[in-house]
Amino acid sequence: MPLDDRYQLAFRLYPYERSADQDAAAPVRHPVVVMGGGPIGIATALDLGLQGIPVTVLDDHEGIGMGSRAICFAKRCLEIADRYGCAQPMLDKGVVWNLGKVFHEDRKVYEFNLLPEEGHRFPAFINLQQPYFEKFMVERVRAAQAEGAPIEIRGKNRVERIETKADHTILHIDTPEGPYTIHADWLIGADGASSPLRGMMGLDFEGRVFQDSFLIADIRMLSDSFPTERWFWFEPSHGAGASTLLHKQPDDVWRVDFQIGWDVDRAEELKEENVRRRLDAMLGGDVAYEIVWSSIYTFQCRRMKQFRHGRVIFAGDAAHQVSPFGARGANSGMQDVDNLGWKLGMVIRGEAPDRLLDSYHEERAFGADENILNSTRATDFITPKSTASHMFRNAVLDLAEHHAFARPLVNSGRLSVPCTYDGLSLTGADALPGGPARTRPGSPCPDAPVGNGYLLNALGGGFTILTLDAEAPETLTEDGVTARRHALSARDDASGALAERYLGSADRAVYLVRPDQHVVARWDRYDETALRAALRRACGKE
Amino acid sequence: MALNTQPNIADPDEFYAELIRAHDGLSDAESAAFNARLVLLLANHVGDRATLTEALAAARKP
Repeated sequence: MPLDDRYQLAFRLYPYERSADQDAAAPVRHPVVVMGGGPIGIATALDLGLQGIPVTVLDDHEGIGMGSRAICFAKRCLEIADRYGCAQPMLDKGVVWNLGKVFHEDRKVYEFNLLPEEGHRFPAFINLQQPYFEKFMVERVRAAQAEGAPIEIRGKNRVERIETKADHTILHIDTPEGPYTIHADWLIGADGASSPLRGMMGLDFEGRVFQDSFLIADIRMLSDSFPTERWFWFEPSHGAGASTLLHKQPDDVWRVDFQIGWDVDRAEELKEENVRRRLDAMLGGDVAYEIVWSSIYTFQCRRMKQFRHGRVIFAGDAAHQVSPFGARGANSGMQDVDNLGWKLGMVIRGEAPDRLLDSYHEERAFGADENILNSTRATDFITPKSTASHMFRNAVLDLAEHHAFARPLVNSGRLSVPCTYDGLSLTGADALPGGPARTRPGSPCPDAPVGNGYLLNALGGGFTILTLDAEAPETLTEDGVTARRHALSARDDASGALAERYLGSADRAVYLVRPDQHVVARWDRYDETALRAALRRACGKE
Repeated sequence: MALNTQPNIADPDEFYAELIRAHDGLSDAESAAFNARLVLLLANHVGDRATLTEALAAARKP
């Protein structure tokens, strides 16, 4: 099969180049190969490459695909990108919004201001077209390469076939200059919702199909009359869709999503005059705009039974797929990478046993189930499936116009927040009486102001012993793994946010924090025996 | 006791999903009958007559 592009490129960032592997007498063996150069594959390369682990990304295109696709990047995702050193350009380019309006038929039901919590480096989320998000990460790869990070991205390298062995995988690859073969100690499947790798391995991907189609139109407004707000219509009287979402993106571009039903003629609906007919009905006909991109999508909520299959590990949409409501696709994929990177790094360096990687499946499948639950609930609210649920949905909207109690029931998508690994294998004890619930073991550390900077800048990469007004040694080494102390005092943050988030009613605290900034365990004092046990547990050694 | 129209349900998404799930497999008539029984149960739980009158008015004209 020829290596034709399946989609147009927004940015051609990794044109095909001949690799020395193609001329090698015997297949070259690589520590880590990533299938797929999308956001999750590139993030995986950054995480491992910045640890000094050689990683090779194979993509069957030469750059980033067209189309805004994922447009909403949540705080946790930006914090992860910041750990990789590429969040600032995202923040600079992205659009921040706080005001949302909900409409039913032709009435505004209510509006809300998200009023983000103070004391975080990053906003609750930004709107940014996916190609920019990916481009900033690839630019970070280029900078890291220049600093010596062993990352390679091979464009127009399509994996045709694999053979899985006990301790490696054989990959047969096609290129514009013919086929070649490499071996990989570890293979990461980041090749998207229709994952060819999953297909080659004959693995399941089951879940619920939603019988609805959505037409996306990205439009550039030629006037500045539209505010930077999120508008969501249920059953809009303009009739252009059963529900409609209007969202601002950078470059004066607005995303409009029309729910258009199940049995639609895709080619017909995507004709410019038909897209314009819907847009004109919604916008009123006298608003000038140009169509930047349009597409029709359907979706499913499903996940693989197992994210890890020996030396092959799946991440992002390849492992789990959700409805778009709540922005849980790319955001949760980035959390997969955050979770996988340090574990794979430790196993490759021989610092942790192979079974640490089983906790990747345990934790991220738990996250995927939470995301699927939330996005399924939003979908059921937006597109009620029975007379009874339609009646309740509209009753909620009717009441929400006048009564505050009904507003939390309106569900047009719950924004992606990272999950807490409560009670899972790596999570240790909570021995901090009075400690806040949001920083209990398993939680991702919330950011907080510290001096002139932010807490999260000091966490991650390795294990950290975070002390607040508590004594502890500067380092603790257990079975070859070292945790380093980061000493703080409640007085380091005059706003009180640090104490509120990490002390609660306690006077002092000691936290053990993982390389992905999740809390392992916490205590009201330094207890060497307990800390050593928690460190072993977090490395899969207990 | 004035009618509380401020948010008062701890996990609204979970509650809503359970409410909708309770109607699974019911015909429209059975759903309506279910809702009637549910209203009567909740009304009895509230008990206070003035509050019930207030709720009836709020439901009539949201």
